[in-house]
Amino acid sequence: MSDEYNQKNTPLEAQSSETMTDISGTTSKDIDYVRPAELPEQDLYHGHSFITKWVFCQDAKVIGVQYFLTAVFTGIVGLVLSWLMRLQLGYPDLVPFITAEHYYQFVTMHGMIMVVYFLTALFLGGFGNYLIPLMVGARDMVFPYVNMVSFWMFFIAVCVLMASFFVPGGPTGAGWTLYPPQAILPGTPGSNMGIILMLASLSLFVIGFTMGGLNYIITILQARTRGMTLMRMPLTIWGIFTATALAMLAFPALLVSCIMMTLDKMLETSFFMPAIIQAGEVLDYGGGSPVLFQHLFWFFGHPEVYIVALPAFGIVSDLISVHARKNIFGYRMMVWAIVGIGGLSFFVWAHHMYVSGMNPWFGFFFATTTLIIAVPTALKVYNWIITLFRANIRMNTVMLFCLGFIVTFVNGGITGIFLGNVAVDIPLSDTYFVIAHFHMVMGVAPLMVIMGAVYHWFPLVTGRMLSEKLGKWHFWFTFLGAYSIYFPMHYLGFIGVPRRYFEMYDSPYVASATGMNEFITVAALIVGFAQFIFIYNIVTSLSIGKPAGKNPWKANSLEWLTPEVPPAHGNWGEKLPVIHRWPYDFNVPGAKEDYITQTTPPSEVMSAEVEKT
Amino acid sequence: MSDNSLNNLPGGFKGMSHDMGSDQTAFKGAQWGKVMMWIFLLSDTFIFSCFLISYMKGRTSTVVDWPNTSEVFSLHVGGVPVPLLLIAIMTFVLITSSGTMALAVKYGYERNRKMCGWLILATAIGGLTFVGMQVFEWSKLIHEGVRPWENPFGAKQFGSFFFMITGFHGTHVSIGVIFLFIYARKVFRGDFDNAKRGFFTTMKSDYVAIEILGLYWHFVDLVWVFIFAFFYLW
Ligand code: HEM
Ligand SMILES: [Cu+2]
Repeated sequence: MSDEYNQKNTPLEAQSSETMTDISGTTSKDIDYVRPAELPEQDLYHGHSFITKWVFCQDAKVIGVQYFLTAVFTGIVGLVLSWLMRLQLGYPDLVPFITAEHYYQFVTMHGMIMVVYFLTALFLGGFGNYLIPLMVGARDMVFPYVNMVSFWMFFIAVCVLMASFFVPGGPTGAGWTLYPPQAILPGTPGSNMGIILMLASLSLFVIGFTMGGLNYIITILQARTRGMTLMRMPLTIWGIFTATALAMLAFPALLVSCIMMTLDKMLETSFFMPAIIQAGEVLDYGGGSPVLFQHLFWFFGHPEVYIVALPAFGIVSDLISVHARKNIFGYRMMVWAIVGIGGLSFFVWAHHMYVSGMNPWFGFFFATTTLIIAVPTALKVYNWIITLFRANIRMNTVMLFCLGFIVTFVNGGITGIFLGNVAVDIPLSDTYFVIAHFHMVMGVAPLMVIMGAVYHWFPLVTGRMLSEKLGKWHFWFTFLGAYSIYFPMHYLGFIGVPRRYFEMYDSPYVASATGMNEFITVAALIVGFAQFIFIYNIVTSLSIGKPAGKNPWKANSLEWLTPEVPPAHGNWGEKLPVIHRWPYDFNVPGAKEDYITQTTPPSEVMSAEVEKT
Repeated sequence: MSDNSLNNLPGGFKGMSHDMGSDQTAFKGAQWGKVMMWIFLLSDTFIFSCFLISYMKGRTSTVVDWPNTSEVFSLHVGGVPVPLLLIAIMTFVLITSSGTMALAVKYGYERNRKMCGWLILATAIGGLTFVGMQVFEWSKLIHEGVRPWENPFGAKQFGSFFFMITGFHGTHVSIGVIFLFIYARKVFRGDFDNAKRGFFTTMKSDYVAIEILGLYWHFVDLVWVFIFAFFYLW
């Protein structure tokens, strides 16, 4: 930028701290300058009746809680399904009603629920709705009505999904990847109503999500408060923003594949269906391409992994920074890593298809891109660790979960490098190694963040603290338990135990796998039940938890700085907050306290050597 | 926008980096609804791209030959088959309706209620004509035995892709037409002049809504150009 340009436009910049450097000459009024408001006040709809306040509510915070609770409900269904699968694997034939068909249905529903209806909805719908307006200093989402409809679409999608448990034939058992042709052919459980409801539910989910996603993106881009530049947003917002952008571009592929498969099923078109002879009978299908479905599905499916991971990255960065009382190391690097990972994630999808029979050169290309993603990802891990290095760490439950996240994520990331290489993936694909990998990286790791985030933000949402003692028990059960479940699975994968198998029958490796399978099952049950400590903690703390007061963690970001805690509708009372700095000014040399909130004007902390942000 | 500091923003590339680095909004002076429509359209572009790429893949890998499109789509005028006739008219109508839409936006901002309303109506009628001709084409093909699941002229994927993609596009047009009629009514009633509150959203109406609807309408047109090229000219 030229000097002339700078001079002409300085009043337009929100760089109050820019002037900080020459404290001597400037008056305090100049230092605190933030350019005037561009936007008129948002006019909000205030609900009056119970229905408009709590059911069809247009307040993003309530919608966030609604999303959260609905997602957790489906998550519990997914958890129960995983218990049933584990019971069958550890103790075959113990539970009589788990037949092979049921097992396939459980696998499918468990996978789909956990990935889409639990994690995606929880991070973007739940945390996104609650935190975006608060963290960027808006009164609400930009389109509160559309936001409300978004939740109810999601709710209907969940209902349709759950309905598939009760239709004749039960839910689909095609695996969460729903590969045709088998997904829609007789012989696969739930190949009639089950798959149709699944596809319908996914389509509804995409439509509902699009409504919400537009809100999240535009609130972040166009409704920030005075002084809130993009590079002063908490990393949580960057993670959610990038994940939403990915979702807006990846869900179309899912929607299209759902539409095409629905037509294949209901109108007998042959988009994905080659010529098929079933039980000696030539079916009406022919000429379609099953691999096309895989491409569409994974063009959605891989970004989906990052739709779950990026908000987790963002949130964990903020939690670490607050509870280590130190600024996040390399904020800008972290932002660009999030954006870079997001961009790259559209070029790696076929690493899920090394064994699909596609052109081998594709494998070469996609292995390369996959390994490139490891660079920004590793960078993030280093930055988390450097942030912790010589920090003033508070070893509370939130921090424990953050540390748990880093460890699990590194573990899952390393196995990811194995699977990213074609030659290594071919023997390992469709074994328990894959199960172990993705449960570590996108199951347990994001869950750790979610749990940490709940301990962190529960005081904001309810005004009461969760019990630390129960929290620590919860953490150790979950963390050690999750490792007991998934660590041995790597070994099972190496000896060749295949994924999605109902039983091992008389395979040669059965003997060495039996004991381990029993162990994993016991661990899975314990981990599952340990979650009731968490639920108990939440329920009791609602009424008997220690009152949190304002800003219990001494955090800097805006969500803690509302006039009322928990924040009321409209968030900010009379006047919108004005921002002077990033949210990471912890332990700044020369400052009185160990934190400087985002709304503190420079003139109040004259002697502090803050970073220029 | 009340703030006059928006009047002397730097332009060009510098302006872009300035806007991105500043607070409050990343796209200066662009209303929320307009940004929303742009991002929605970006997402919708991905939907249509997925459809069209699937179509290319499907068409190039069928075992049975693809039908000769200039025959299948031709109209018989006085016994002579004229290829591309219907589709040329359809495309012409749709593109024209884009023109009337653009004018409607202009008159809307000039607060010329009458002109704006009539032009929106004209656009809606253009859209309706397009859908009508599409119905005609569909019924002609169905009459000749083309179905989503079969096709007497060759590969059955022809019928599947044709009905699915033109159907999806036609749905877009129809939704647009419905909104055009609603907006025409609102314009004539003066909702946008009086900033009347929306029935569902309780938000104030503004003429920018017409521009937003215009964006959608131009997008639907643009997509049609691609569908036209891929189905009728390939
Ligand atoms: C207590 C927690 C969990 C346990 C005990 C568990 C257990 C299992 C088991 C036993 C399978 C089936 C393996 C097979 O037979 O192939 C499975 C599959 C799967 N799980 Fe989990 N899981 C848990 C949590 C999660 C979470 C949080 C996610 C979210 C990412 C997740 C995502 C999946 C997916 C995508 C599949 C593959 C489904 C398929 O093959 O179609 N799981 N899990
Ligand atoms: Cu992937």
